[in-house]
Amino acid sequence: MRTIKIVVNGTAHDVEVEDRTLLSDLIRHDLRLTGTHVSCEQGVCGSCTILLDGRPVRSCLMLAVQAEGHEVETVESLSGGEATPESLTSLQRAMSDQHGLQCGFCTPGILMSVTAAQRDGLDAEETIAEVLGGHVCRCTGYRGIRAAIRQVLP
Amino acid sequence: MKPAPFTYHDPPTVSEVLGLLSEHGGEAAVLAGGQSLIPLMNLRLARPGVVVDVNRVAGLDHVEIGRHVVRIGATARLADLERHEGLAEVLPVLPAAIRHVAHPQIRNRTTLGGSISHADPSAELPAVLLATGGRVRLESVRGSRRVPADDFFLSPFRTSRRPDELLTSVEFPIGGGLRFLMDEVARREGGLPVVSVVLGVRTGAGGLVAEARAAASGVADRPVRLRRLERHLTGADLGDPVVRRAAADMAGHGLEPPDDLRGGGAYRKSLLRALVERLLEGAAA
Repeated sequence: MRTIKIVVNGTAHDVEVEDRTLLSDLIRHDLRLTGTHVSCEQGVCGSCTILLDGRPVRSCLMLAVQAEGHEVETVESLSGGEATPESLTSLQRAMSDQHGLQCGFCTPGILMSVTAAQRDGLDAEETIAEVLGGHVCRCTGYRGIRAAIRQVLP
Repeated sequence: MKPAPFTYHDPPTVSEVLGLLSEHGGEAAVLAGGQSLIPLMNLRLARPGVVVDVNRVAGLDHVEIGRHVVRIGATARLADLERHEGLAEVLPVLPAAIRHVAHPQIRNRTTLGGSISHADPSAELPAVLLATGGRVRLESVRGSRRVPADDFFLSPFRTSRRPDELLTSVEFPIGGGLRFLMDEVARREGGLPVVSVVLGVRTGAGGLVAEARAAASGVADRPVRLRRLERHLTGADLGDPVVRRAAADMAGHGLEPPDDLRGGGAYRKSLLRALVERLLEGAAA
């Protein structure tokens, strides 16, 4: 076990972790930020995607100890910790408007990847072709998600 | 699933990494981007007793563009190489191939050194290294050596790197007048290719091919040079579609691609043929 310093959603934490603890498990089990979802644990599905220093990465493919000294953003940061219709980001609102989710399991990962694309100035088609390819959604057939991306990106 | 227990080290210098590899040898796994190693550890297909994380080693991700060689540090991330302006100018086939590797979320972590030393027989970047005639630098407490790509890839996921060695950089020759193109067929965008092909051509007098280099992945137990194709193309007139078709027809001679879940051997050969013809058409344009 070792104690690491990690900044998640702007808050610094000292957390005691095993060397083998995955970042996804630190986020969910130790910090209780259960908005980050875990499914395949082999990097394929994309549901555990978070932002590491602003870039979308799989949190199941990093050890928690590797995140020491880095900044992590999870889906909880998007609406400032609030869960009201008024607090949603434009992308979250678009996902709702366009029926971009059904069961919602893949949604947090997609929100983080597309939020990064939005900040980086990617356009809608680039985001749909490249970024959305890194996420698996088994409910929507992606139509609603693509429509949501087109609603918020140029 | 979760990784089995291991001891973790993240030393800040290459010499400390080499010390740990010398001490722990075959027990140790080098962790770079982690996009192949950590899935294997999560599935318990890999159970290293010691993990040596090289992400905190400063300066191991430098890109150095010389007159004859591009030298790229092992921990350079694919997402950064993909957007590297100097690299796009001198070795455009590398960023082009990188864009075929997985998804942006994966490329944000994947490193060049990791991708090369993982030596997946289907992966794109080992084929780029082979086709361009590149080499890798391996360091250990015993010293350092450079290994040409032709001698590096041995069998699926096996290379000539010894357990106490660290791959510290990858070198690609440039400026030889070869123009490289690559293409692949994958079952889905971002998936591992079934077959990928990298082809380089230098055109000489009368528009004929003066030199050709080619490599493919997904057609053998490791990435391979297509030497027969290279020889066949020398002196060829790529402007002639019959010549291109004949070259594509013979590209798979002598190869016996494996059957696996992504495709049977005969299918892989037909993909190789189609990709070579497509690339030759591109080279002629």
